[in-house]
Amino acid sequence: MITIKLFGQTGSFAENKDIARDLRIKEIIPALDKGEDIVLDFTNVEAATQSFIHALISDLIRKYGYEILDKISFKNCNETIQKIIMIVTDYMQES
Amino acid sequence: MKIFLPNSAFIGNIDPFLRALDLSNSDTLEITTNKSWISIHPVVLSLVAALGLKANPKEIKCDSLEAKSIHYLERMGLFKFLGVRSGINITKHEPAGRFIPLTQIKNSKELSRFIEDMIPLLHLEPKQAEPIRYVVSELVRNVIEHADSRDGAIVCAQYYAKSNRIAIGIVDTGVGIKKTINQSYPAETSMKAIQLALTPGITGTTNREGGTELNAGAGLFFIKTIAKVNSDLFMVYTGNALYKLLKSTTNKLYSDPLRDRHSQAEDLPLFNGTVVGIDISLDETKEFSGILSLIRGVYARSVKERKKARYRKPKFI
Repeated sequence: MITIKLFGQTGSFAENKDIARDLRIKEIIPALDKGEDIVLDFTNVEAATQSFIHALISDLIRKYGYEILDKISFKNCNETIQKIIMIVTDYMQES
Repeated sequence: MKIFLPNSAFIGNIDPFLRALDLSNSDTLEITTNKSWISIHPVVLSLVAALGLKANPKEIKCDSLEAKSIHYLERMGLFKFLGVRSGINITKHEPAGRFIPLTQIKNSKELSRFIEDMIPLLHLEPKQAEPIRYVVSELVRNVIEHADSRDGAIVCAQYYAKSNRIAIGIVDTGVGIKKTINQSYPAETSMKAIQLALTPGITGTTNREGGTELNAGAGLFFIKTIAKVNSDLFMVYTGNALYKLLKSTTNKLYSDPLRDRHSQAEDLPLFNGTVVGIDISLDETKEFSGILSLIRGVYARSVKERKKARYRKPKFI
């Protein structure tokens, strides 16, 4: 299992999609391709935009199928971040 | 171009100001104001500044500016932006001077820095700051990614103590929403393009449901929803069209913005770019997580409905 801490790169407001894309391409996808489970650790991240979360995880669902959510855990998300993640995972699975 | 800054121009009564814009001959800019007093929304200032950047700096004229009028414009940085001397020196902020002066944002790094600096300037509590930084981030990012604007986004904001609200204006002089949306969806008019851009799951980057790896087409819908749930005003002006979300007594969300209580006009001066204004009442600001719950429901329903509309019907013969 690999834990990826977001705060160091995103700061308390995760809104920069370039950072989200880099995390996905450079850290998440290589780990998933090795068969690792992933923990995305949102400790100290106070807020995130839908754009950021979309850039972070939508392509994983498209590329690997919705089953990939079984291999990804979201740690220490506050209520609003949880809801944004749920919105993104909902519409990606509906589409 | 000719701009007359009237006595009052806020989102609710902005139509006459927009109608009076003369956007011909973009090399020159002539700004005149009401002689006694002006009180204008930040979106008006952002628009003037954005047009000023398009004009030849030597061809910008500010005539008939009376002292009472120019104090606010000076404080918000308009003259500095336009490269025009106002003759006024502001030595300190007023006690209630919670504002963000005109700022140009051209890339992602500048946006992140701006958001970091913005909240202390407005002296906001965390609960109040959350929707505001969300709105600014998503709107400016839209400009950076989709507007193809040489000058990026022009942003400013003002806190109004009397009504306890933050007003924000974000303007670009890029390609406009119609051209962006037309890359993926047919929109014959600017109003149709605004309607599509405010619909959840519609993006100019693809017509594939779920969007691309970087765009879902959700940003403007989220912002319209934040405004609607908080009974705030929200406007989009692009091309010749103006859409204004009006105060609503119901929290019922619609994926189609034309079902929301709104006004619209399609006979305005042709503006090449996009103007977005929003008021966020700090009294009424609902819990952001509650707004997200509402969005989740209507977003999923909207995607399902669009998917269902594409179903092929069996042919019974």
